[in-house]
Amino acid sequence: MDSEDEFISGMSSDQEMDDDLEDSLGEGEWEYLLLCYFDDDDDQGLFDTQDKDIKSSHKPHEVDFKVIGPREIQAAQDKHIEEAALILGLPTETCAILLRYFHWNKDRLIESYMDRPEQVLENAGFGPSSKSPPKAQVVPGFVCEICCEDEPGLETYAMKCGHRFCVDCYRQYLTQKIKDEGEAARIQCPKEGCSRIVDSKSLDLMVPGDLHERYQVLLTRTYVDDKENLKWCPAPNCEYAVECGIKKRQLNQIVPSVQCTCSHSFCFGCTLNEHQPTPCSLVKKWLKKCEDDSETANWISANTKECPECGSTIEKNGGCNHMTCRKCKHEFCWICMGPWSEHGTSWYNCNRFEEKSGSEARDAQARSRQSLERYLHYYNRYANHEQSAKLDKDLYLKTEKKMTNLQTMSGMSWIEVQFLDQASQILQQCRQTLKWTYAFAFYLQRENLAHIFEDNQKDLEMAVENLSEMFEKPTSELSGLKVDMINRTAYCQKRRIILLSDTAENLRNGVWKFTVDLD
Amino acid sequence: MAGGQKRIGKELAEVTKDPPEGITVSLVSEADIYNWDIQLEGPEDSPYAGGTFKLLLALPTDYPFKPPTLNFKTKVYHPNVSNDDKGSMCLGMLRSEEWKPSSKISGVLRTARNLLIEPNPDDAVETQIAEQYKSSRKDFDKIARDWTKKYAKA
Ligand SMILES: [Zn+2]
Ligand SMILES: [Zn+2]
Ligand SMILES: [Zn+2]
Ligand SMILES: [Zn+2]
Ligand SMILES: [Zn+2]
Ligand SMILES: [Zn+2]
Repeated sequence: MDSEDEFISGMSSDQEMDDDLEDSLGEGEWEYLLLCYFDDDDDQGLFDTQDKDIKSSHKPHEVDFKVIGPREIQAAQDKHIEEAALILGLPTETCAILLRYFHWNKDRLIESYMDRPEQVLENAGFGPSSKSPPKAQVVPGFVCEICCEDEPGLETYAMKCGHRFCVDCYRQYLTQKIKDEGEAARIQCPKEGCSRIVDSKSLDLMVPGDLHERYQVLLTRTYVDDKENLKWCPAPNCEYAVECGIKKRQLNQIVPSVQCTCSHSFCFGCTLNEHQPTPCSLVKKWLKKCEDDSETANWISANTKECPECGSTIEKNGGCNHMTCRKCKHEFCWICMGPWSEHGTSWYNCNRFEEKSGSEARDAQARSRQSLERYLHYYNRYANHEQSAKLDKDLYLKTEKKMTNLQTMSGMSWIEVQFLDQASQILQQCRQTLKWTYAFAFYLQRENLAHIFEDNQKDLEMAVENLSEMFEKPTSELSGLKVDMINRTAYCQKRRIILLSDTAENLRNGVWKFTVDLD
Repeated sequence: MAGGQKRIGKELAEVTKDPPEGITVSLVSEADIYNWDIQLEGPEDSPYAGGTFKLLLALPTDYPFKPPTLNFKTKVYHPNVSNDDKGSMCLGMLRSEEWKPSSKISGVLRTARNLLIEPNPDDAVETQIAEQYKSSRKDFDKIARDWTKKYAKA
């Protein structure tokens, strides 16, 4: 337990250090200091959170995170903009554009601006010539490269890079980027090979009025998109984001499950649905494997070959190596794939070859079949729990109905029947965990730790089945089973936490041995 | 606006008059400027040499703001061409994030032909073919040559 405490206190003392430094040094300076200590771009917590706001972790499988709403996101942006404006002595509007251009990395902006202010302003679209506001022009003899129009009086526009196009084309280009592709902060010049970003003055001028609002929303989104420690909640239409300090490079040691205010649980690492105890990289591999079912393909390829002449597929079903293609009648040897006609006198040679490679081939076939069976073993159990997870809603609705029935039948209060709701939620959570334990186990090397893992898995599975069968009971019996059900629910939760804590601790210490590389 | 017809007409004239190396272009039907028949000769120093590949280039109605799509009608063994009845070719420049309205069809065709000389296995649609291309180049070349012989000669 010592190392566990160390890990957690290690995390929270970092947080405390941030806050202490911030208090004693004043804003801005402390970020600089931290930057020197940790060679990282944007490690600092962005929100002035006191410890009480952050959900502090108690178990090895839990991580610190904070849910933030649209207003807080806006406020954090404004704070950054104002700080940059103060330090650089520039208008806030200019700083907003510069910060977006620098992917909201304030320190890098300040550093670069101190070094070469003209360069920075120019790159972000504030070159000297843009002191006079940009405007559309008529250029004699102009042909638009996009639409090929050349009529006299055609209005045209170009940014500082000089790539000039007609205003209609410019407009259509920007509209499509904003409307269809959801891009705003880093739209490039329409010219092939030109990476100049369309600055906001050009956007204001060229974007049709009805798109300005959408464009502002997209600009706000870049703030969360650009920060490694912020992620949007992936639930549809959810406006919240989650702040979490787990870095990409830590994802082989930690599986960072977080839960949004909207109740959606997801992985901060990959934003897929919560998938503890399996690390993101194994989740990705597993999903890919399930998708292309490549194991089955391997099995087929061990049992069939292509005719060396016409390429049609031939399945070997007898023991004879003298093959005749059904389609083109080509005769060949299954072992060496050479034409059968050459085998008259040198038969002995091929026979010896056959013995060796024949047994090799049989081994390969056996190996392939074995690995298919192994995959199916884990896959069937994974899929079974996934199926149950999909019945989430059904079960929940059924439970709600049972709760109402129970209230009328037994005269229990709403509070008193909550144990059913609780049980149903824990059950679903455990199923989600169990599902992923099978993907995890699939990639585990057979050794002592793997057996311990599978014992934990078996315990949780039994606990889940024991709780699950309670839902089959008629409602009339439920009130008498309340205590039993509460106990079984608590036991499920306990087994889940034991499994997740153990697995997380071993993952953090790098002691799991997998059959594939975590990458 | 008439869907970039002026632009398409100009590009068609240019590509017909001065086609990129190893490429012949014609309209699928005279009445429709949005679908182009492409004949592509397999480049000399590639396993596709000696083959003639038929492709369909389809222009969206909002061309050139949206990229065209390119599909092989002739079966081809290549990491960047889907091995199905669509035969879609995955070209970086044809992705909407990378496409620029000033990019030209002749550039697309040139890039497509270069991809036959130099496949891009790190950006593959057929991952198994890409694996083979990287790990056992000889086997890849052989199958690609066999397929060229089988499907691209007529
Ligand atoms: Zn134009
Ligand atoms: Zn440009
Ligand atoms: Zn949410
Ligand atoms: Zn993940
Ligand atoms: Zn044959
Ligand atoms: Zn033989």
